Amino acid sequence: MPRTRKAPAPPLPKPLRAPPPRPSEQNGTGGALQDAKEAGITVVDWVDERTSLSGAGRWLLFRKVPKGTNWFYTLGSATLFAFLSQAVTGVFLAMYYRPDAAGGAYESIRHVTNEVFLGQFVRGMHKWGSSVMVILVFLHMGRTFFWGAYKYPRELNWVIGVVLLILTLVMSFTGYLLPFDQRAYWATIVGVNINGTGPLIGPYLSDFLRGGGEFGATTLSRFYAIHMLLVPGLIVALIGAHLYLVTKLGTTAPPWSKAEDTPELREAEV
Amino acid sequence: MVGTANGAGAIAAAAFTLPALGFALGPIFKKTPHHWETVGTPGDFNVDNYVPVVFTLTPGIGEAGRTTAYVRKFNPKIDTDPYDRDSQYIAISSRCAHLGCPVRWVDAAERFICPCHGGVYDLLGRRVGGPPVRPLDRFYTRVEGQYVQLGPRFSVNSELKRFSPRDPGEPLDGIGQYLYPSRPTERKL
Repeated sequence: MPRTRKAPAPPLPKPLRAPPPRPSEQNGTGGALQDAKEAGITVVDWVDERTSLSGAGRWLLFRKVPKGTNWFYTLGSATLFAFLSQAVTGVFLAMYYRPDAAGGAYESIRHVTNEVFLGQFVRGMHKWGSSVMVILVFLHMGRTFFWGAYKYPRELNWVIGVVLLILTLVMSFTGYLLPFDQRAYWATIVGVNINGTGPLIGPYLSDFLRGGGEFGATTLSRFYAIHMLLVPGLIVALIGAHLYLVTKLGTTAPPWSKAEDTPELREAEV
Repeated sequence: MVGTANGAGAIAAAAFTLPALGFALGPIFKKTPHHWETVGTPGDFNVDNYVPVVFTLTPGIGEAGRTTAYVRKFNPKIDTDPYDRDSQYIAISSRCAHLGCPVRWVDAAERFICPCHGGVYDLLGRRVGGPPVRPLDRFYTRVEGQYVQLGPRFSVNSELKRFSPRDPGEPLDGIGQYLYPSRPTERKL
């Protein structure tokens, strides 16, 4: 079969024509830097052609924000970063930790703190970061409350936020036991017994937390599993929902910002 | 087709969720066998004052499973419980009835005092001050051969009537015993 000749390209209007090659590209190649740039674009294009993720990325990251948006609006992102810091340091602490109530837990924490390279630093990040996260959660919540940002249509996001607050406190409570020193042990005894003072279901809740009637062999591993698997999974899922709603509904203007007093609008009112 | 697929999905989800839940909740309903720990010989204890003994309450976790009890001989002048007359020994648990901190017996004051939130109990373990909601728990005692042994824990209300063991913070007077039900797996003897 004879090959047919390609029809010539139709003349394009000037703005749509490809720009003439730059002096550096005269020989058809733009050097290693240009090649690398184009390779990157090709890979991103390849993924985007098959996922259409760029639209979602633009939707998430390039939003219109109200006038008056200020530093207080970064408290949520700060909380998110505190959580990411906890997640990363937590994963690496888990590589050394042993949830063994007969002495192994305390010994493994002592090993991390005193002997592992940078262990004291990573453990310190996790320990102090937990307090930072709780503080940031409350500041973020206060910002939302005093800005009135929980009102329609954002009530569901407030509810999700409250659940995230509770889960953060559950993380603090379950993580407190893991060093298994005197402070951890007695704080957990007291904390579990506070749970038990709830009428009717309290005693069962305590038994669930302890895995039995007394602080026993499985209590520590139970707290460890709740601390590093159960609650983090829930937190990640709920942060996803929280961010989705923030993106979908947008942020609120600060309560002191007024609508623009334009004469055209005033005329339209009458 | 849709119904079958949904049904199969539900069965598959239940097949791993329900056993996992049962697995997590199982220990709550597990009956733990009573075990008796030897804490001394009759010569170690007297009627006037408490002697602290440390013994293993939860085996298998080393030091964390040990607890302190304060033991003395039965004193007919102050002890009225007929069961105690039989066993001849009183063993008071050091677990505070407020939130479970360890109380200590202060000889000079003749009081049990809790370091955490200031609970104070008298010689019989009855609350005389602070936040606790009931007297200190006790342990069953018996003399086996020439050794004094401590058994399972039981709780008492403010009249020192015996109840199956409750967690700290759970009152046993009036409606309390119904608001804070006991475990079906742990009864008083």
